[in-house]
Amino acid sequence: MGKWTRRGFISAGVVGGSALLIGVAIRPGHHASDVAKYVAGEGESLVNAWVKIDANNRVTAIVPHSEMGQGAQTALTQMLADELDAKWEDVSFIEAPAEEEYANWALGKGFILGDTKIPALLVGSVDGVFMQVTKAMHLQTTGGSASVRATGVYGMRVAGAAAREMLMETAADSWGVEVSELKTREGMVIHEASGKQEPYASFAAKAGEMKPPFVPTLKTPDQFTIMGKSKPRLDIPSKVDGSAQFGIDVVVDGMKYATVNAAPVFGAKVASINSSKAEKMPGVIDVVNLDDAVAVVAEGYWQAKQALAAVAVRWTDTGSEALNSEALFNQFQADMKQANESGDSKTDVDIGNAGQAFATAARIVKREYKVPYLAHACMEPMNAVARVENGRCDIWTGTQNPLGFKYDVAAALEIDVNDVSVTNHFMGGGFGRRSKSDAVIQAARISRQVGVPVKLIWSREEDVQHDHYRPAVASNFRAALNEEGMPVAWENQYVDKHEPVEAPHISYAIPNQHIHYVDSPTHVPFGVWRSVDHSQHGFFVESFIDELAYEAREDPYQFRRNLLKDQQRQIDVLDLAAKKANWSAPIGKNRGRGIAIQESFGSFVAEVVEVTVLKGKVSVDRVVVAVDPGFAVSPDGLTAQMESGVIYGLTAALYGEVSIENGRVSQSNFNNYPMVRMDSSPEIETYIINSHESWGGAGEPGTPGIAPALTNAIFAATGTRIRELPVSKFDLDFEFGKESEA
Amino acid sequence: MIKLNVNGQEHSLDVAPDTPLLWVIRENLGLTGTKFGCGIALCGACTVHLNGSPIRSCITPVASADGASITTIEGIARGGELHPVQQAWIDEQVPQCGYCQSGQIMSAVALLRDNPNPADEDIDSAMSGNVCRCGMYSRIKKGIKRVANAQVQLFDPEAGMEVHHG
Repeated sequence: MGKWTRRGFISAGVVGGSALLIGVAIRPGHHASDVAKYVAGEGESLVNAWVKIDANNRVTAIVPHSEMGQGAQTALTQMLADELDAKWEDVSFIEAPAEEEYANWALGKGFILGDTKIPALLVGSVDGVFMQVTKAMHLQTTGGSASVRATGVYGMRVAGAAAREMLMETAADSWGVEVSELKTREGMVIHEASGKQEPYASFAAKAGEMKPPFVPTLKTPDQFTIMGKSKPRLDIPSKVDGSAQFGIDVVVDGMKYATVNAAPVFGAKVASINSSKAEKMPGVIDVVNLDDAVAVVAEGYWQAKQALAAVAVRWTDTGSEALNSEALFNQFQADMKQANESGDSKTDVDIGNAGQAFATAARIVKREYKVPYLAHACMEPMNAVARVENGRCDIWTGTQNPLGFKYDVAAALEIDVNDVSVTNHFMGGGFGRRSKSDAVIQAARISRQVGVPVKLIWSREEDVQHDHYRPAVASNFRAALNEEGMPVAWENQYVDKHEPVEAPHISYAIPNQHIHYVDSPTHVPFGVWRSVDHSQHGFFVESFIDELAYEAREDPYQFRRNLLKDQQRQIDVLDLAAKKANWSAPIGKNRGRGIAIQESFGSFVAEVVEVTVLKGKVSVDRVVVAVDPGFAVSPDGLTAQMESGVIYGLTAALYGEVSIENGRVSQSNFNNYPMVRMDSSPEIETYIINSHESWGGAGEPGTPGIAPALTNAIFAATGTRIRELPVSKFDLDFEFGKESEA
Repeated sequence: MIKLNVNGQEHSLDVAPDTPLLWVIRENLGLTGTKFGCGIALCGACTVHLNGSPIRSCITPVASADGASITTIEGIARGGELHPVQQAWIDEQVPQCGYCQSGQIMSAVALLRDNPNPADEDIDSAMSGNVCRCGMYSRIKKGIKRVANAQVQLFDPEAGMEVHHG
């Protein structure tokens, strides 16, 4: 057992399977007193930075991730409570405040960068450019399905175990016995030899003064009592009686309401504003020029909205006014073609000798796929409350990245980060959207200009038309087949590589692979969208492999299985999904089954979809999901995430399209950006494999596989191969029975 | 002045008559359990009961509710006891982000009051106006069926509430 020196600390992480120890709160030295002021109330002892215990032995976990419905706060609390041997009924959680002491990266940076200041550019929100860095650094963000597999595994469990050992040591001291003679159970320290037992609370204050002097021993899965159980989510009771406080529900003294119109063409600025009519409307307080947007502040949201509609704005020209989606996709294809001619296509994967394999192939199969931009469409439109006064700014909002927002606001207002506070609230959906601080910065600028606290609420139209979109992608494939029709070479060229880097890579044992890409930037702002690049590449890869199975005249499930060779976790979920879906059973006229598999965010997911296609209408009857997350901390929570990931991906696959016309987004609300609803939602069955291999994420891995499983099922039912989403663009009645092009 | 009885309490409000009921409930009365989702009656997040019927408060001018009785999510529990639909939502672990759930619950309460044993098609038609972006439709359906199967005494949130006009 080493001391909590830096070296010892890092070693502990390496033992745990990670090079980086991020989220582990117990820093070298005595730290609890520094952070106590943020989280501990009267009569409460902070045992370490992530656990406090009050006089009644109630344990509070301090959870450094936000809640958008993914259940991370409950799962993380389970992980801490189990290692602590707490009594679950006495455990609750609070979300860590947006203070550096609770930043995952602040805890990690001392070890990674020494004490050098973190570069400002790393502090921003997670996006395509910085995601790799943030993945390594784990800012105080919630994304990348990272809560359980990173913060939980390397943070909450270690913190819980350390707290338990500190309490035991304190008890041993106090009772004059050896630590090895002590046991713990349900929040009690027990000395069986003497029959003594006392609640943790008796030792909490003393333990909080200790330097954590050891590397705590974690439980083995057979010792888990709380992990692996479907504990009811701690946030749910407040979500059935209207008491849950979302960002949009915050009320601050003297607060006024604002709403905003940003330049419809991305990149345009305000050229002129005529607000004379709006200013005379009832309740209107001010009209604010935000350079690239115009806001109205009024006594109520409705008044602000009415007045905003009466403001006449002229916008500058950007040169993008004539652009539409077709032009953007043409640009993608032209850029790929040009890069091939000039030799500038960037290599992503190069295995074997694809060029030679194509030159000697018995047959070559070429296919092109594309997917559109997508909005996140969180149920709660973007909003924030900001109060700028006396050189300070206080923010109340729901964010996936509270600390990053703090820095963003400080930078936007050019004030010190210590003069900014961010109070986080429940998010009415996040899906990656709430890692961007645009609305929060608008609120801060409006409040500063008007001199009163302001609640900014975006209309749904604003929310749909000013998102940071899931990027549109075009992706071209070629496969070289041998005489038996089996693929011997795989070539894939696509536009714009973001994160995760492995998203376009394949697990199939094809000996020659050339995967390459070109940058083809557009004026449309992009961001992370549930499962990030896996959402596009999962569709492309799992569609093309399905086409290759057809070309080889093989069963799509067996074809995949054979090509997965030694990928045991993939084979296991594929087998389980196929078995539970009764894959080889006859399915009947106008019906079809499709299968897809995806490894993402450390978890393995296979999905089988059953559809009926009748008179051009696709009905998704059933979805079977098999998932191996390594270990399911909360089986019901994981199941809920699979269900949610499936519906989110299904909405996108069936209907999701943000199109660009005249440089701006055409869609505006749920009428033209439709959602899967109760009457179109399938039965979803989820089956879990606890392989006890490395632990993976839950929030995102359910999403990538559903689109290809769906279109593969439509192909099985109709013979129509869908290579462009959404499905609703296709007239399947017209196409019904048509031979797919060879 | 516009008069509303909200969750059994009388209010007299000086608001523009075209103001949607949603914003009066949220901003003037401070009942923030009812949510804003789309503003054009496409998502159901703003569902409340007006004289017992589920309506989309985001497109309902407050003037059209003058003198009416309104029930919001805050008004369906009784005497500290959750409405059976609320309890079923906990039992089935329905909410994820939870933002749409006030509206879902208000739609489900009205459905079950009018049709204590709804068939799947009844549930589809009563609930398809409520979007859940977290996709918890199967759990919502289970929640509704749990209440139907339990044959619990469904108390009517509107019944017994005295409405004072004038």
